[in-house]
Amino acid sequence: MLRDITLGQYMPGNTVIHRLDPRTKILLTIVYIAMIFCVSSPVWYVIPLIFVAVCAKLSGITFKQLIKTIKPLRFLLLITFLLNLFFSAGATVLFQWGFIKITKEGLLTAVHFSMRLIFLVAGTSILTLTTSPIALCDGIEVLLKPLSKIGFPSHELAMMMTIALRFIPTLIEEADKIMKAQMARGADFESGNLFKRAKAMVPLLVPLFVSAFRRAGDLAMAMEARCYHGGEGRTRLRVLKFGMIDLYAALITVAALVLTILCGKWFP
Amino acid sequence: MEYNEKWPIELELASYHYDEEDETPAVNQVSLQIEKGSFVAVLGHNGSGKSTMAKLMNAIYLPTGGKVMVCGMDTASEDDVWSIRRHAGMVFQNPDNQIVANMVREDVAFGLENLGIPREEMLPRIDEALEAVRMTERAESAPHMLSGGQKQRVAIAGVLAMQPDVIIMDEATAMLDPSGRKDVLKTVRRLNRDKGMTVVWITHYMEEAATADRVVVLDSGKAVMDGTPAQVFSRVEEIKELGLDVPPMAELAMRLRNAGLPLDENILTVADMVKELTTTLCPSKSNI
Repeated sequence: MLRDITLGQYMPGNTVIHRLDPRTKILLTIVYIAMIFCVSSPVWYVIPLIFVAVCAKLSGITFKQLIKTIKPLRFLLLITFLLNLFFSAGATVLFQWGFIKITKEGLLTAVHFSMRLIFLVAGTSILTLTTSPIALCDGIEVLLKPLSKIGFPSHELAMMMTIALRFIPTLIEEADKIMKAQMARGADFESGNLFKRAKAMVPLLVPLFVSAFRRAGDLAMAMEARCYHGGEGRTRLRVLKFGMIDLYAALITVAALVLTILCGKWFP
Repeated sequence: MEYNEKWPIELELASYHYDEEDETPAVNQVSLQIEKGSFVAVLGHNGSGKSTMAKLMNAIYLPTGGKVMVCGMDTASEDDVWSIRRHAGMVFQNPDNQIVANMVREDVAFGLENLGIPREEMLPRIDEALEAVRMTERAESAPHMLSGGQKQRVAIAGVLAMQPDVIIMDEATAMLDPSGRKDVLKTVRRLNRDKGMTVVWITHYMEEAATADRVVVLDSGKAVMDGTPAQVFSRVEEIKELGLDVPPMAELAMRLRNAGLPLDENILTVADMVKELTTTLCPSKSNI
């Protein structure tokens, strides 16, 4: 039951978007987020809409998959929408019933904030859908490297993420094994209320943690035996290279950002 | 001490205490010289100190008494520690807990990355190492898709890529199934034979030790026996006293000898036994 997991949301592929350098994708995602926050009125979400639609089309992501990434947010969306709808100040009353009052301004804000959330999640999902976790790690490591000058552990962070990714399948396999062993001794993981089931996880989690710590010790020793001594003087087998498509992608995204800002200025 | 290339690893009355107050050290004044190009098996039951001794050989542990020299470098000198570990590569017991990267090829590169080898130089070395352990076609696989034996072969490749003088196999077959064990032993034997790689093979499996050039038996941190497999395993009674098994054929030969058959002392395998019995019992047939 624990076997069929995929790491993150990554959808392997070989499209233009997949081939973009992870650094480009991470940076352009930040530009995209800025773009979302520059949208001044709900109408102008048409620009990020076109942008996301083009990216999705190019990377072979279907509309359905994008909707799926928003689905976990549905309650948050609903609450955001309702709160803004009922509690925004405004003069133009559209509807009133007792103390419940819906104003035009409130409705606009509600739509605005909900759209912002939807586009934030849908757009950034394109990054995680088209970039493997390892490529993301590499990208983050290189992008954070300048911070190591002021003592930020960028290499260590990336190494930790890589190792975590490497050990997820191993630990899942182990959890599966422990679970079966405990079930063979009469442990019940499936019945009872939430509290009872959480309590039943203790005999699974304790051995799993113990073994994870033992693994960590072993791995540290094995890494030292293979001359690991931090990021200093280390070379890399995987190297990231910018190409022409990275330049084009950057130009297009920045153009979309500029367009959004200008539209907000001219037609508020 | 002058470095003699003939002995890449030398232990001089080396001891190791896990705890300073501990009366009995895990390794107790062991002196040992490992000859270049040899395949040395270190045997001992649990807690005999064999794994501790392996870790003394690449400066994971520093001796609390005596001296350990690896390729002419004293493991106690801090400046040489990375050089020592490059020269004496180590493969550990648990195949899962020594693979760092998410892809076979990248794991083999891990040691090279740490040494700061330029990328152009890495690529041929990785290919060569993978070829040596016959894992070329799995170069792009994720480690969790491999069997235990395959994982250990990847670990061996990771060590090989660093071009060591000695490979120390610290019970590297203990957690494998019989076919994986055979597989790893075969791989290391081939490296020893074809490339002249010096191997220190730590194990508690007799049948693995029986194929070595030399067997060292440890007990309570002391080297109690040292010799060719035939010399060591012919001392059936002593080995049994140490709580170790004897290869079945060696024991059978001893019993037959005790019963009056004049058999040779070098019998370790079924093939040896068949040959010896044919010559002893039917001298006429052996001439055919």
